Amino acid sequence: MRNFLTRRSLITTGLATAAGASGLAAAARLADRYGLIPPDHGGIYGVGETLTYASQRLLMSHHSLAREFDRSQISRVAPVNGDPPQRESYRRLLAGGFAEWRLTVDGLVARPAGFSLAELKRYPSRTQITHQACEEGWSFIAEWTGVPLADILNLVGVLPQARYVVFFPFDESWDSLDMPDAWHPQTLLAYAMNGQELPTPHGAPVRLRVPRQLGYKSVKYLSRITVTDTLKNIGEGLGSESPEIGYSWYAGI
Amino acid sequence: MAPRHSAVVRITHWIATLGFFGLLVSGIAILLAHPRLYWGETGSVGTPSLIDLPLPFVLVGQSGWGRYLHFLAAWVCVLTGLLYVFSGLLMRHFRKNLLSASAAYNLLQRIAYLVVVFVLFPLMIWTGLAMSPAIASVLPALVTAFGGQQSARTIHFFITIALILFVAVHITMVCRAGFRTRVGAMITGYSAAGKEGA
Repeated sequence: MRNFLTRRSLITTGLATAAGASGLAAAARLADRYGLIPPDHGGIYGVGETLTYASQRLLMSHHSLAREFDRSQISRVAPVNGDPPQRESYRRLLAGGFAEWRLTVDGLVARPAGFSLAELKRYPSRTQITHQACEEGWSFIAEWTGVPLADILNLVGVLPQARYVVFFPFDESWDSLDMPDAWHPQTLLAYAMNGQELPTPHGAPVRLRVPRQLGYKSVKYLSRITVTDTLKNIGEGLGSESPEIGYSWYAGI
Repeated sequence: MAPRHSAVVRITHWIATLGFFGLLVSGIAILLAHPRLYWGETGSVGTPSLIDLPLPFVLVGQSGWGRYLHFLAAWVCVLTGLLYVFSGLLMRHFRKNLLSASAAYNLLQRIAYLVVVFVLFPLMIWTGLAMSPAIASVLPALVTAFGGQQSARTIHFFITIALILFVAVHITMVCRAGFRTRVGAMITGYSAAGKEGA
């Protein structure tokens, strides 16, 4: 039997391992700088998440438009999951027709601001008929009208170090988008659905619409939007409430 | 002892086995959140279904980890599958063992293997990608070719059934040809028995 462990082979293996490890560390730093690492990258499932998110952000256009449909294709049934927020503050606003409601936009922006529903409706709007799939498997097509989030981000002046936009509704849930999806022209702050005021169970007065991701990413009952360079200090630092209860942060799937 | 399976075939076989069962278990977990199938673009409770599967709606708890595991296992299967297909082309595995009549498998077996590798798995990946709203925004034809996102989901389900049937027949034939020799051959690469097999 030959001697497997010569000094030379040990040194070679050691050097190769060290080079491999530092190469991986450098690759990870690079990938993070270019926004290829999702906030829920930890653990064994994080490997799959990172591969999916990184390959989509690397290989696919950041500007591709979700398919838009004809009026005749709008679904007659548009189910919802979950109940409207039970918080007293929300119930008061709902009772008052959301006249007192303000959407706060703050964080890494030059001009933090608050927008009333009437103010949002005065900005140029976008109307789109898109498909929404729930992660459970069902789906529907609806028409949504609202202000592109990009327009509001331009108004408040996003600072260059911004990496994520975080959305807080009137209930305990929260979520975030990376900048490619935040600046995307179809990402709306929607206040109307199928030509009518946004129905309460669909997220009145204003909800997010992100047609390039599964339904749960389209946060309902918006209250506050924050621009940030890190998600580490919010919740468990996983980018949204979804990974805390077992669902992927990136829902482009 | 006759050489039977190359190292690449053996390694990719067992990794793919692991990946397949990961996909199957997690796929069931995801399906249970809404065990109804539709045709076309949309479908939900309150609209007509194609098939109501005789399974309970399990809404909480399992579709999250199901999805995490499904994508991890899908990456394992896709990367392993790419290695298998490219090495199979380079080393003429398909030509020698699956396309020529002199090989160890009969015609039906060879057709079954070729259909699984070159039809069912690619269709599985295609229908899977067609369910991704982000990928559909880049390649809408992936979805419209099937007539809609719900059609893609339904086809994804039926290919699963086809693959389960294939695995069931495959395991049955392994057992009938001699479980220990056949599984041993897929582990060590050598077979003590003759050339018939699964």
